[in-house]
Amino acid sequence: MIGQDENPARALHKWPRFPKIAKRRAAGVLANFSAVMPGGHSVLDGAASQGRHIERLFSVLFFVCLGVYFLTLLFFAIGGRRSYNPAEKPLPIVKTPEADAVAKWWVGSAVGITTVLVFVILVLSIRTGMYVQDVSAQNSVTVKLTGHQWWWEVTYPDSRADQTIFTANEIHVPVGQRIAVLTNSADVIHSFWAPSITGKRDLIPGYSTAFSFTVDRPGTYRGQCAEFCGLQHAHMGFSVVAESPEDFEAWRQSQLTAAKEPESALTRSGQGVFLTHACVMCHAISGTTAGSHVGPDLTHFASRGEIAAGLLPNNPGSLAGWILDPQRIKPGTTMPPNNLSGEDLEALVTYLESLK
Amino acid sequence: MIETREAQIVEERAVRVRQGERERLARTWAHPAGFWGWFTNVSHTAIGIRYMVTSFIFFLLGGVLAALMRLQLAYPEQHLLGPDRYNQIFTVHGSTMIFLVVVPMMFQGFGVYLVPLMCGTRNIAFPRLNAFSYYVYVGGGLLLWIGLLLNIGADAGWFAYPPLSGPQFSPGKRVDFWAQMITFTEVSAMAVAVCLATTILRYRAPGMTLNRMPIFLWEKLVLSLMVMFAMPAVMVVSSMLLLDRLVGTQFFNPAEAGDALLYQHLFWFFGHPEVYILFLPGAAIVSTLLAAHCRREIFGYTPIVVSVVATGFLSFSVWVHHMFATGLPQTSESFFTAATLMIVIPTGTQFFCWIATIWNGRLQFQIPMLWVSGFVATFLVGGLSGPILASVPVDTQVHDTYFVVAHFHYVIIGGSIFTMFAGLYHWIPKMGGFLMNETLGKIHFWLFFVGFNMTFFPMHILGLRGMPRRIYTYPPEMHWSGLNLLASIGAIFMAAGVLVFVWNFLQSRWSGERAGDNPWGAGGLEWATTSPPPEYNFLELPTVNGREALWDAAPNQPIVVGLRSDIQELLVTHSLDAEPQLKEKSEGHSIWPFLAAIAVSLTFVGSIFNAWAVPIGAIPVIATLVGWLWPRGSSPPAPEVVGKEA
Repeated sequence: MIGQDENPARALHKWPRFPKIAKRRAAGVLANFSAVMPGGHSVLDGAASQGRHIERLFSVLFFVCLGVYFLTLLFFAIGGRRSYNPAEKPLPIVKTPEADAVAKWWVGSAVGITTVLVFVILVLSIRTGMYVQDVSAQNSVTVKLTGHQWWWEVTYPDSRADQTIFTANEIHVPVGQRIAVLTNSADVIHSFWAPSITGKRDLIPGYSTAFSFTVDRPGTYRGQCAEFCGLQHAHMGFSVVAESPEDFEAWRQSQLTAAKEPESALTRSGQGVFLTHACVMCHAISGTTAGSHVGPDLTHFASRGEIAAGLLPNNPGSLAGWILDPQRIKPGTTMPPNNLSGEDLEALVTYLESLK
Repeated sequence: MIETREAQIVEERAVRVRQGERERLARTWAHPAGFWGWFTNVSHTAIGIRYMVTSFIFFLLGGVLAALMRLQLAYPEQHLLGPDRYNQIFTVHGSTMIFLVVVPMMFQGFGVYLVPLMCGTRNIAFPRLNAFSYYVYVGGGLLLWIGLLLNIGADAGWFAYPPLSGPQFSPGKRVDFWAQMITFTEVSAMAVAVCLATTILRYRAPGMTLNRMPIFLWEKLVLSLMVMFAMPAVMVVSSMLLLDRLVGTQFFNPAEAGDALLYQHLFWFFGHPEVYILFLPGAAIVSTLLAAHCRREIFGYTPIVVSVVATGFLSFSVWVHHMFATGLPQTSESFFTAATLMIVIPTGTQFFCWIATIWNGRLQFQIPMLWVSGFVATFLVGGLSGPILASVPVDTQVHDTYFVVAHFHYVIIGGSIFTMFAGLYHWIPKMGGFLMNETLGKIHFWLFFVGFNMTFFPMHILGLRGMPRRIYTYPPEMHWSGLNLLASIGAIFMAAGVLVFVWNFLQSRWSGERAGDNPWGAGGLEWATTSPPPEYNFLELPTVNGREALWDAAPNQPIVVGLRSDIQELLVTHSLDAEPQLKEKSEGHSIWPFLAAIAVSLTFVGSIFNAWAVPIGAIPVIATLVGWLWPRGSSPPAPEVVGKEA
């Protein structure tokens, strides 16, 4: 369901008339520029209407400032060339009343133009801001995002407990629908930032804020914490997976089920390893006795593409390495090293990778 | 015949009188000699040069940290520095460059050295307070750096947001070193602000009315007032943080109904005026140098002064633009966007006036002007990415990314470091009495200019490509590698440029051409004395007839007479029209400011470890202050209006 505001073509018409041509051209040139930028993680490659509005505003500001820059330098250069005097220590002129009278007009006009430009920028900025920061009560999906050192707790809250989804570091959203995000933090300040989607929003402990976005191009978009949050600030990534409403609904239904029961002897033994080691101190797997929410919920662990907050691909090799010695991979992470025998490790990894 | 003979006798007598006066003044104002003498010196030229040398050393040290970071980020997934070491390095780099380099160099260094000379007086107001400020500043610098060298350096970033910097997430003493360094440097800056503002308002040469005051002095006056209003905010906030960490107050702890956002408001209430405290001294240097090297009075004196004052006021109403990502209401954010954009107008006005000055002048293109043009080309990039950042929606995208890193390095290096070098090339001949080598100066400029742009321009693109700041490494698949390598190579050029400057300085000092009193033929009063200036600054205290004192001087410009030369006497003038009012005795050289600084430093450092250090440390602090302020026995000279004579 694409609302009126979400339609990018319509939204473009809402811009004031005067700079429209410049804006189109600017957006075009910068779009070429963004072609050399890799997709999925760039301010100049918006996949959501919010991101694209900002991109367009940025383009306008960029070209206005570029013009001002070169014009100013040009005047400095011409002025310098004009008045260059190679004589050594020529007598000071002190005053040039006639020339200054002319200069007064030039300086005055330049200040006037600057003032006008400043107001144009202000109006454009506020208009875009009103669109981007608009939080409506009607959202198809609400996501609750809680920052942790150094991972993202993602919850899809629902008044019915059994309809609530717990996951981590991966935000699934349906394309073309308005998503509301509620932010909070469990420890220090973090900042949600997926450059292709929209601007960042800080996750501040003690404050809960809301923002919203509408992705209109299916795909996986990378995001990263943008507020310095300690040792592993560099490795606090996440991804936004935008899919068709049908795929999203399918994903939602699969997430609502309890964890898959182990079927083979190996996975059964893996579950045993999980439940008898330190894992249960922090992680939850629904349908088992593991229910701690200190670390990421692992109920549908194998459905996620990455582990350790976007640091490693989710495959048995990297998972085994991560379980054994997370401190080597992500120094400072809150996950402790685990001393497991070869068989136990294999069973545990197989079990976890079976939790689709 | 007889008349000529009489004239000759009068002339000879005058020469003898002058010679006697010169010797008496030299005796009265002599700098104390010997090892202990160094610590008792309260002369503004000595303290000014110490500020400059010390902050330049910190500049080199901060540069070493920058080089280490560029080394780490040159390639993806490097392990030269771990996250812990990297966090300490970027924290100390930022804190050093802001608190220990740019402010002490541009505000304190240039200000303390040049302001009394430009005012045409013999010493700064409150010279002991001024000397005290220097030792306190050194104490703060040592504290920060000793922590880093012991591998327990501050690691929460230069603005140390709680809760990350709070007791729960930053145990140990690391953040305390940072917070207390803030207290040290801000005490120092506020002390200098008081000295400079008083000097500018009360010690100006007769005739230097407010309307004739050089723009350099105007900006130092505005800066001093900004420092007095902005610095208390950061001292309060760093003290609150220390209290949270040391005695268990909960100002910033959300779990105990404290407020993490309060810190940000208080910090940036200081933090944004601070940005203009970094930039305005650079603008002051540009205005001064343009007049001297374009051989004309600055165009648009009044608009420039009004712009500077307006910038000073506006800078206090823009702090929330550092917090656009926190989710404040849109209406209030828009107010701060508007206020931030307003700053474009006074800054633009200054630029346009500078263009007009060049346009209608006789441009001399020597090394100082080369650096001024470097300033224009680089600062303007940062200045124009400013309005982009002022826009809330765009800011939420580029905030805390390498785009911002690029922006503020263009602003601070462009606005403060380029102008610092311009100022150094311009005034080193005055301070040291020697000219800097032109060829080496050009090599220095081009290495630094090319290296700077190579390092920081790519960061704009990195930011748009989604690279957040303060990450110690990045994965290879992010396509950030090439530009980061380019930036790291640029850093090598910058470092080479700075080394060329150091070499140029040492070599010119050793064997450089003598500068003479006024090598640039400039119009400021600082050029009315010898290079370097004598301990008493001026043999004959000047009077002023116009904005460019030396250019506007009448052929028989009067001098000030009636000041005693056997005691350190200064002339106090009226703050508006600079009419002579009083004679005042300057406080003499003394060991007490140094001892007081030691006592204060020990109290500050002790208070990191135990709150009892404050009441106990107050005892030596009070004792040294009593010694400092102990009556000298000789009554102060009677106030008496001083006449002028042609």
